[in-house]
Order: sequence, then structure tokens, then C-alpha cells
Amino acid sequence: MDVSNFISQFFSPAAWSLIKSLGECFMSPTGFLIWTTLLKSALLLVIILGLVSYTVYAERRVSALIQDRLGPNRVGWQGLLQPVADAAKLLLKENFTPKSANYFYFRLASKLAMVPPVLVLGVLPFGSSLFGVPMTIASVNVGALYVLAISSISVYGIVLAGWSSNSKYPFLGGIRSSSQMISYELSLALSLIPIFMLVGSLNLNQIVQYQIVHGWMIAPFWPQGMSLDTLLHPLALLEAFRAGCSLQRVLIWIPLFISFILFFISMFAETNRLPFDLPEAEQELIGGYHTEYSSMGFALFFLGEYTAMIAGAGVITTLFLGGWSLPLVPDGSHGWFWGLVNIAVFFAKVIVILFVFIWVRWTIPRFRYDQLMKLGWYFFFELAVANIFLAALILTYVKR
Amino acid sequence: MIVNRKKLNWVERLYLPAIIGGLAITWKHFQRSLLGKGVITMQYPEEKWDAHLPEWYRGAPTLVKDEHGREKCVSCQLCEFICPPRAITIEPMEIPEGDPWRKVEKAPRAFDIDMARCIYCGLCEEVCPEQAIFLRKDYSITGLNRNEMIHHKEKLYELGGVMTGLVFKWNEKK
Ligand code: SF4
Ligand code: SF4
Repeated sequence: MDVSNFISQFFSPAAWSLIKSLGECFMSPTGFLIWTTLLKSALLLVIILGLVSYTVYAERRVSALIQDRLGPNRVGWQGLLQPVADAAKLLLKENFTPKSANYFYFRLASKLAMVPPVLVLGVLPFGSSLFGVPMTIASVNVGALYVLAISSISVYGIVLAGWSSNSKYPFLGGIRSSSQMISYELSLALSLIPIFMLVGSLNLNQIVQYQIVHGWMIAPFWPQGMSLDTLLHPLALLEAFRAGCSLQRVLIWIPLFISFILFFISMFAETNRLPFDLPEAEQELIGGYHTEYSSMGFALFFLGEYTAMIAGAGVITTLFLGGWSLPLVPDGSHGWFWGLVNIAVFFAKVIVILFVFIWVRWTIPRFRYDQLMKLGWYFFFELAVANIFLAALILTYVKR
Repeated sequence: MIVNRKKLNWVERLYLPAIIGGLAITWKHFQRSLLGKGVITMQYPEEKWDAHLPEWYRGAPTLVKDEHGREKCVSCQLCEFICPPRAITIEPMEIPEGDPWRKVEKAPRAFDIDMARCIYCGLCEEVCPEQAIFLRKDYSITGLNRNEMIHHKEKLYELGGVMTGLVFKWNEKK
């Protein structure tokens, strides 16, 4: 108490009581929740915006390297300041609205493209806990449902942009986007159902917890009760493997793996990435829905697209790759250092998936429109439904 | 010609093997470029193609002098008329009494080529009856405003320099 006594000398009694009540307000459960949430949101937003601008940079560098080129390497060491230069350029450009465009919706569309992916990030557990504060902004019980619902809203941005630009190429892009979205949302959502059946919860935190105990969804054989000590004892290790493995777990791997493939491919369509970037096919539609945008209007679409990529990678990580967990790495309750490690692990996984996104983009040519529709309706949808039944059969009839 | 499409079997129709094969190829390129091998990019301002430019390269049009130091242009203005974008403006003058080349009669007082308009077509070089104008190897023509982009006579001679071994038709009659 002497510290607070010491500090209180510098304030008048009235001011000191105000400060004290403020402090109490901050540490009360509600107050604590509010300011930690605000802090977490700010932290996440900063990380994500940085990640977005460097994903754009990485896209340019990786595509260049894949094509035997160098890519941007002038601004700063190895071109690392390129995102800063790009941002400055986009901010300084004229924000032009075509005369025949519908001003209100034209301006609204670019914001609608940016907001949903950021909202999705709100429910992703991007770390275990730091100083006892869970590293999820909102741990909601309908987490996965929320992710699916919000991420499909981003199509409104594209459709509105296409319509309000009052120009034919954006319009075609918008139409393509909406029909693409309808055909892929289905398999995107249906492919996740086996996971929910297995975990029995839609809460993303619980899905991660389940994966820590039972192993990541793409390889659900994590030996139970494994720790650093058992690693040194072969017999205990064997025992742990035996406990983690069973006929059911081997069989459930099949539907889970199909789910992973379906979800991953649908994610490409969801984020308008090549091979499914029909809404913005540069060669056919001169960029599609964002043809008429300039300056920050364009930048918002661009940022929104890459934020969506990151959010998508985050969802894949959380649902299939064990979220922030890494085998044998303890969670944040063992000290702030491990909390930070967990956050780093999450973003490392996200970055790996982002790299795969980029890698695929510069490998596969664009699908034709009818091929895309066929793939979505004739193949993925059926496969996803069959997959659900397969998972249900395994979970019901195969003994553990 | 009708090209028959090969019937794909079901493995090929899955596309996945082909996609994985493609990913392997791009990965190979990525890996190789990452190690700095096989990158074909030329770092422009530091590295240039200049040494590789062919003899017939069509760069900026320039005026040349002959081995006597005489400006070859006789101000016939054919190039001015043929220039498709009308980049050339010539102001002719009479060669004054007493000049050793008085019998040539005409020379340009001013000779401007607007490099902002020139399309490097080479017609001026082709049409010139005196072999006075040539497209040389300068290609990075820059300026901060439109006026700086106009090459005046001095600049044109500076770029063109002296060209020897051309037809010389102003000898004294034997
Ligand atoms: S190269 Fe063609 S465009 Fe240029 S000055 Fe000569 S005639 Fe004109
Ligand atoms: S450069 Fe040739 S074509 Fe042009 S005015 Fe001079 S002599 Fe005539």
C-alpha cells in the first residue's frame, strides 16, 4: 500500500479518489473485459493489417520467383518497404467516382468488401491466453456458424460494386461472383459438418481444445497423454500411441480428409483466388467488379480480398490444423512466454497456408465458367453430402 | 484441321494428379530462383542492353555531319513532310556568300524534332536524299516538360556526330 500512498501525495484528495475509482472500474470484471477486448482487437487489427500488406508483397515476390523473375526489390532492403510505398501511392491518388455510377452504393460497396473478413477474425482463437486473458476476441458458441454467415456477406460488396458501377465488365463480375458464391457456399458449409459431429460443438475454442487432446483434424491420431517425459520412454510412448489410435479414429480420418480437401478448395472460390477468380478475371473482365474504382476505393477491395485470404487461412488453421496448438508446446497458462509462442504458432500456420494460396495461384490456370459450376454442383455438393453420411456411419457403428 | 480431343480416363478427369504435378513444377522454379539461379531479370538502370543493340536499331533520329565537318542536311524538308506524327520542324536558310559550301545553297537554320511526338518509324531516314538524318541507338529520351522533349539542332548534331563513308555529291567537278 505504500506505493499507492506515495503516488497519492502528488494528487489532491478529490483527484486521488477519482483515480482510485477509475482503477477499480478498470479491474472490475466488466471493465476488465471491455478494455482487454479493446486491446485485443487493436492488437489483432495491427497484426492483420501488417500481415495483409506483406501478403501482397509476398504475392508479388513469390509469383516473380516462380516465373524466374525478381519482383519488387528496390524500395528498402529486398523491396521490404514496397507495401509502404504502395499505401502512400494509393492514398495520394484521386478517388474517382464515375458519373453514371450510383454514388451511395458505389462507395458503400468497397467498405462492404473490407468489413466482413475483419469481422470473421473476431471469433478466431489466435492464441491460447496471455496473462490469463484468453486470446479470442469473442468466444461465441456459434463460432463456426458465425464465420460461415459473415464471410458470405462479403459477396454483397462485390455484387453491389458490380451493379452500382454502371459498367458492363464490373456487372459481369458481380453476376459471376454471386453465382459462384451460391455454388460454393454449400460445399463450404457442408464439408464442415463431420467436424461438428465429431467435436459436438460449434465453438471454435472447443474445436481447438478437442484437437489438442485428440490430434489435428487432418491427422486425428495424436497419442493421448503424450508429454516430453513420455518421449524419453519408448514403452510409455508406445502406450500413448495405442491410446490415441483406434479403428474409429483411423476410419474417421477418411471423411475428415475429404472435408479438408473440399473446404480448402472451396476457400479458393470463397476468397476469389485463382483458379476460381472468375469475378475479377483480368483477361476477360479487366479486373471485374473493381474496374471502376481508384485510390482507396480500390485499396479497400484489395485489402478486403487479402484480409479474406488471411481470415480463410485462419479458419482452416483453426478447424483442421489445430489452431494455435503445437504438439508438446504448453499453452498460455504456463506463463506469458508460452502464450506468445502460441500466438506465433497460429500465425506461422496461417502464413504457410497463405503461401500455398499464392503458390496455387501461380500454378493453375483459371477454370472456365461452366466447369466451375459443374464442379460445384455436380461434384463438390454431392461429395460433401455423402461425406456427412460416411462420417455419421463411422461415428455410430464403429466401436471405439 | 480438326484436332481430336483425347478421351481422358477417370484419373485424368480428377485433375488432382495434374494439379499436383503443376505445383511440383512451380515449386522447382521457386526453389531455383530463391537460390538466385535461373533468374533472368535485368536490373535496368544498372544493367542495360546497350552492348547487345543491333546495328539497325531504330533509336532517336539524329543529324550527322560528314568528314569535312559540313552539315549534310540541305533543308529540303522532305523529312518534315513525310514524318507521320509531324514531329519535325525545319526553318531553312540560305548559305551566305563566301561560305566554302556556298554552292549547296540551303541549310537548316533551325531543326527541331519533338521527341514527345516521334514514333521512331525511320521514315525520315529513308526519305532523306542527302543521307543527313539517321536513327541512332539512343532510346531513353527523358525530360521534365514538353519543351525539354524537343531536340534542337545542336542536340541533334551532338547525338549524331560525324558519319563517314557516305555518298558525297558536293565534290568539285573534275
Ligand atoms: S522517326 Fe518517324 S516520327 Fe520520328 S522524326 Fe523520323 S519520320 Fe518523324
Ligand atoms: S534531313 Fe534530309 S530530308 Fe530532312 S531536310 Fe535535311 S536533307 Fe532534307
